[in-house]
Amino acid sequence: MGKIEWAMWANEQALAAGFIYLTGGIVGVAGQFRGWEFAAFGVAAGAFVCLLEYPRGKRSKGHSMERTGQYCFTMCLKAFGPLTRNYYFRAFLHAALCVPGGFMLATVLGCVCLGISSLIYLSAAIHGEHWEPILPRTESRAPVGESVKKPPQNPPPRPPVELRRKRMEDLEGAAYVNPISVTANEY
Amino acid sequence: MGNWIINHGLTALILVVWMGINIFLFVYFYFFYDLGDQFIYTRHVLGSALAWARAPAAVLNFNCLLILLPVCRNLLSLIRGSFICCGRTMRKQLDKNISFHKLVAYMIGLMTAVHTIAHLLNVEWYNNSIRGEYDALNNALSALEDGENTTYLNPIRSNSTTPTHFVFTTLAGITGVIITLALILIITSSMEVIRRSYFEVFWYTHHLFVVFFIGLVIHGAGRIVRSQTTTNPPHNTSFCFDQPDQWGKISECPVPQFAGGFPGTWMWVIAPMFIYLCERLLRFIRYVQKVTYRKIVIRPSKVLELQLVKSGFKMDVGQYVFLNCPAISALEWHPFTMTSAPEEDFFSVHIRSAGDWTEKLISIMEQLPEGAEGPKMGVDGPFGTASEDVFDYEVSMLVGAGIGVTPFASILKSIWYKFKESNPKLHTRKIYFYWLCRETHAFEWFADLLQVLEAEMEERGMGNFLTYKLYLTGWDKSHATHAMVHFDEETDIVTGLKQKCHYGRPNWDIEFEQVRKENPSSVVGTFLCGPAVLGKTLEKKCVKYSDVDPRKTKFYFNKENF
Repeated sequence: MGKIEWAMWANEQALAAGFIYLTGGIVGVAGQFRGWEFAAFGVAAGAFVCLLEYPRGKRSKGHSMERTGQYCFTMCLKAFGPLTRNYYFRAFLHAALCVPGGFMLATVLGCVCLGISSLIYLSAAIHGEHWEPILPRTESRAPVGESVKKPPQNPPPRPPVELRRKRMEDLEGAAYVNPISVTANEY
Repeated sequence: MGNWIINHGLTALILVVWMGINIFLFVYFYFFYDLGDQFIYTRHVLGSALAWARAPAAVLNFNCLLILLPVCRNLLSLIRGSFICCGRTMRKQLDKNISFHKLVAYMIGLMTAVHTIAHLLNVEWYNNSIRGEYDALNNALSALEDGENTTYLNPIRSNSTTPTHFVFTTLAGITGVIITLALILIITSSMEVIRRSYFEVFWYTHHLFVVFFIGLVIHGAGRIVRSQTTTNPPHNTSFCFDQPDQWGKISECPVPQFAGGFPGTWMWVIAPMFIYLCERLLRFIRYVQKVTYRKIVIRPSKVLELQLVKSGFKMDVGQYVFLNCPAISALEWHPFTMTSAPEEDFFSVHIRSAGDWTEKLISIMEQLPEGAEGPKMGVDGPFGTASEDVFDYEVSMLVGAGIGVTPFASILKSIWYKFKESNPKLHTRKIYFYWLCRETHAFEWFADLLQVLEAEMEERGMGNFLTYKLYLTGWDKSHATHAMVHFDEETDIVTGLKQKCHYGRPNWDIEFEQVRKENPSSVVGTFLCGPAVLGKTLEKKCVKYSDVDPRKTKFYFNKENF
């Protein structure tokens, strides 16, 4: 399958799983189902996974598409350093989080989806991938050409003012032919 | 407003009809289950969650029927061909097939969510009911046995089971979980990010739809949605409702009997499944047919040209084929627009290196010894897209960005041939061609074609039939300097053509204005093969410069998409 970055798919799957876990948990708690404690855990775990997975990582090759407003999440995740960078850790975290979901019907689907994303993350980790934050590019201006650094000190040489002033008495004499042909600006 | 109607009216109508059918099905089945007398007892246990589960199920049936159809490209080609009498607008809708497929998929996802949540509630309440946590009527209903002379209402038969256990031991439950899981995997791997970057993951995971459809068809076979049947003597529900302890003891209240609902999903989806099966079969048959190489050329800037011959192959301008090369990957089919004209006795494609498959193909071809036959190739197609319509318009504006110029290569070649034969099918009086490209070195093979056309037209005195403008969008200072120095020369320094390269992007307002001015009462078709952003721009301009007044110019926008 070529140079696929598994982490990208794992991320989509985990985000969806977090959302499903959360929804299942809400249904379980709101409906006061038997075993609602597991549902409550599902709400917390689902929300946590959503927050963790929302910022996309930087792709090793090619252009990375950010999700809307992910910058603050990226900064939070960056602060955790190796915990969020490493995909082995993430794989085991998701596996651990998904287990309580299996004890209650409403969260079973969230559990399985999160489990699958854990497996995909494991595959990503085995392939040596890791999470890199997408940071805004610092625009490095190309160094300005040398000649611009030293603007000229003096104005260009011109004939004295008397000669430059437009001669109203002699319009014919003042007219001249432009040495370079002038064409009308098309746009 | 009128301009919007011309360009988007039929699409909007189709969407309104589709949404209308969805809403109708939802509301109709909601009230069927929420008000129907045969569900009075069922509703006593489940409340309105029953209706909330069954209504999306109906919408799901309808949409699962629809989802397979837009991806049957051979069927669409057939319909396209038979619509020749019915106008361009109808055929344009068929170009939006993938958008429709996605829309239907979103609806399926949404309805699955509603359906699943409602059933979560149902299972929980059935479980509570059999454990005796509700009123006497509930207990009586759940106590109904599944036996010789008795029928049950509550599908949960044990009072010491859990909802999870129940779901995983019934057909409906387990198929439900499996197909929902398949759906989720399909959806996450179809996200734009994944699809654009790792097509293989998308394509292979998408085949889980087979699991989805099989599970869907047998999902209802367990018949666990129960409704009351008429007994002899009849059970007077409104009277017996309050006296569950009297059932079977008084004449008005014989023990109520229940039966499961007939599983109807297969009736909805069997025809599209069959059509899709035929589609895949057709693709396989095409794959097996023999394809020989006429010529293999490696063009500058890693563009591969393949000229292929297949018996019985007939194409139209701007159509595309799917190629499969077992030496690279047995299961992958990739689309390429054909660059040859229908008048030629072979068909050709120009392939640029843009991913794993194309790179491998180019490297295989590069390593071929002189005169050797290329690797076995399967060809499926041809499939028609918007470019087929280009000769129907009196005036056409063709916009190709980068490699997107390929369908237009086919069109221009075909024009050349039609000219030579004075083909009466050619309605077109004028063509405006815009080619946007970032770098100079992708020009060469196409520039050759344009040079030949230029010469032909000069010869025949038809210089103003084709107006083309080339835009170099990736220029830098050195280009500009070079252009300035060679300003006075007759032919373009980059392409060697008489018409000069423009630098930067076109100013579309000016271009549309010029076309409108030169063709006052014509219908102008605008064709694009390029990025979606440019498509949106052109679409807006088409709407802006069109006039509902039949004496004025009308612009129609057609987009080619892959």
